[in-house]
This record gives sequence, C-alpha cells and structure tokens, in this order.
Amino acid sequence: MSAKAQSLLWIAQRASAALLALCVIVHLVTIIYAVQGGLSAAEIFGRTRGNVAWFVFYSIFVLGVAVHAPIGLRSVFIEWLGWRGRSRDVALVAFAALLAWMGMRAVFAVFA
Amino acid sequence: MSALAVEVWRGGAQGAFQSFEVPRHPSQTVLDVVTYIQRSLDATLAYRFACRVGMCGSCAMSVNGVPRWTCRTHVDKVARENKLVIGPLRNLPVIRDLVTDMRGFFDKWARAKGSFAGTKTKRDDFARVAPDSADRRKVDAGIECIGCGVCYSACDVVAWNPDYLGPAALNRAWTLVKDERDVVKHERLRAVAGDAGCHACHTHMSCTERCPMGLAPTAAISGLKRAVLGSVLKGEL
Amino acid sequence: MNRHSSYWVFLVHRLSGIALALFLPVHFWALGDALQLDALLAWTEQPLVKFSEWALVVLLAAHLGAGLRVLALEFLPWRDWQKGLAAAAAALTLAAGLAFALAL
Repeated sequence: MSAKAQSLLWIAQRASAALLALCVIVHLVTIIYAVQGGLSAAEIFGRTRGNVAWFVFYSIFVLGVAVHAPIGLRSVFIEWLGWRGRSRDVALVAFAALLAWMGMRAVFAVFA
Repeated sequence: MSALAVEVWRGGAQGAFQSFEVPRHPSQTVLDVVTYIQRSLDATLAYRFACRVGMCGSCAMSVNGVPRWTCRTHVDKVARENKLVIGPLRNLPVIRDLVTDMRGFFDKWARAKGSFAGTKTKRDDFARVAPDSADRRKVDAGIECIGCGVCYSACDVVAWNPDYLGPAALNRAWTLVKDERDVVKHERLRAVAGDAGCHACHTHMSCTERCPMGLAPTAAISGLKRAVLGSVLKGEL
Repeated sequence: MNRHSSYWVFLVHRLSGIALALFLPVHFWALGDALQLDALLAWTEQPLVKFSEWALVVLLAAHLGAGLRVLALEFLPWRDWQKGLAAAAAALTLAAGLAFALAL
C-alpha cells in the first residue's frame, strides 16, 4: 500500500471518529433514557418501527463503524500481532463487510 | 556510608545483569556510578559518555527501565532502597554492555528526509527568516534535538513496529517542513506519511515525557499529520 | 518502567476498541433477530448480563473520551493543558458509567 493510500486510511479513521463521536453521544443518551423503567419489545418497536429519522441515523452509525473499527484493528494487527502483508488487509476488509451487513440487517429489523 | 546495589547489563543481545556494590555519596549521578564500576571494580565494562554535563546526550542509558541521560540523573532521584538497574537503551541493538548501535536510529533520520535542502549558494545573500513568524516558532520549538535517542528508546511503537521512523526523525522532519527555506517539502511529506511514519503515532507521549531537552515530538508528529492531510487534499502527495 | 497517564489512556483506548470490535457483531446479530426481542430482553434481565451491558457502556464512553483526546492532540494547537486530557477522558467515562448505572 502506498504512503498516500495509508494516509487516506488515517484520514478516513479520523473523519469516521468525528462522525461516530456525535453518533455515540446521541446513542448513549438515548439508551440511558430508554432503559429507564425497564425494556420490552413492544415499547421499543413502538418507537422505532417506521421511524425514518432513526433509520437514517443508525444507518450512518453502522457505516461509520464499518469504516472505523477495521482501520483501528489494523494498527493492533500490525503492532501486537506482527501481521504483515496483504492477508491482514484482506481480513480487515472482510470484517468491514461483515459489520456493514450485520449492522444494516439490525437497522432494518429495528427501524424498518 | 551506605552502598548501592547496582545491576548492570553485561553482554550483547544475549547476556545477564551483573551485581556490583557501589559506595553511595550525596550529589551522585548514575554516570558517577557507572564510572566507579568501570574504574574500580570491572575495567571490562563498556559504556559511552562525553561531556558529563548534560549537553551531548552520549551517556543515555536505561535506568530502572526508563531512558535517561545518566549524567543528569541523580541517584537520590531514582534509587529506591539503594537499588539501581542500569541497562542499554531499548529499541537499539546492543554492541556490548551499555553501548548500543545507533546506526539504525540515524538511518531512519535519513529515511524521513531529515536533512535540509535549499537553493541558495554562498554567493547569494542570507535568507531572512523572521524569528517570530508562526512557522519559525514551530521550528524553534523542535530544533534543539541533539539526537540522543532517549525518545526513540521510550517509544512503544518503535518497539512494536521495527519500521516506524520514530519520534526524533519525525520531529526533525517537521522542523524542515516548517522551514521556509527548504525546497523538498513534498518529498519529505511523502517520506513521513503512512504506516512507518507519522500516522503510526498513537500519542502515548512517552517521547515528550522523556525528552531531556524538553521537546515535544508528539506535537511535531501531529503537525506532520495535519501537513500530510493538507497535502492529500491538495493532490500533492 | 514508570508509565505516565498518556500511556494508560492509550491502553484503555486500544483495549476498549478491541472489546467493542468483538462485541459489535454480537450486538448487531442480536438486534437483527428482533423477532425474538422479548425472549432476548428476558435474558438480559440476568445480573451478569446487566453488568456486561454496563461494562459495554463504560467501554464505549472510555473509547470515546480517549478518542476525543487523540483528536484534540492532533488537530488543536499545541498547549500545555493538553496533558490533562487523559484526566478529562477518564472523567467523561466515569460520568457515563454512573449515568448508566443509575438508569439500570
């Protein structure tokens, strides 16, 4: 991977970090509010199903995570596992795809 | 008079700590301790020093696991229960005992394009650089590096990733990136970007914590990250 | 080796990141199976699960706090008070952990 491509990874990491900072704050506040007084499926789905705004929000959240987590793990793989070469980045792309797929599946299940 | 129980690394990459008993004095430095051992107890001990007064950085060693200038480290500050453990600097190959091979350290300096490249000759007039310009202030904040290797030894990323250029080389590169007289800025940014360069810094700040000159390589590396970002956005990298 | 606060905040940042990366696929899978949500919610009433949920909120807040510190160090002008960012990250984490604990 060229120096430019590696720099783009760093940029993507920081950009997704800034985006996720906002998403996480919203998510944490929402969850802390939502768990008050216990949880039930009916309660949750009553608020979430068909809610376009939350659908869009969590879609963005999931895609941000799919960018941010694999790039973060990349440093861990290089530095703590000594994983060199293409196979490391191939594995991380696969992980990104897994997160995106499973995340969007969850978003559809809860908000669609 | 009390005595210090001093463990000193003997050997190369393979070796062992050897124990010495050294008389303890007030106002004693770790370099004094090492000197005493070599002169009075074991003449075969290998170590480096030069100025003895905190200017050259040659006496840098690992003292109780921390890289320091031994001539500027008072025994009173670091010896708990009269014990000291002295070893060669981390992250560098050991030649013998307390002496390390610093060629790799300086090779990385060169790989980071850590040398000035200008266009003027001695026939031209002096460059006029305003000392209070924003860029010059940034250069001045990092220019006093004497290449002692303490930051390089303190850095965990250097330990984990042998390719990582390290704080000293990157700090020097930054002072050149901000030098208005230098003309190879783009090549230098290309040299310091990526997995082996500024992007591998995770802001542990061990370099900034340990630098005996009070420099902040973390700040320089952050500057390089921003400079590379600008360069990528302008399509220059 | 003596370790200073910036090293610890890095370690928390990295370990929490790894933990979250391992947890998220499970989280997504459980939510994706939303039809069984009531059964899942019943399961989540168990104390060990409640503790894990709290731990995950703390890990997320810790990762966010430490991450904001990195962004501050890399993008804001360099100042001495930035050494205090590790403490700020810890404070943020503690606050989130307390808030969630109280909500449970």
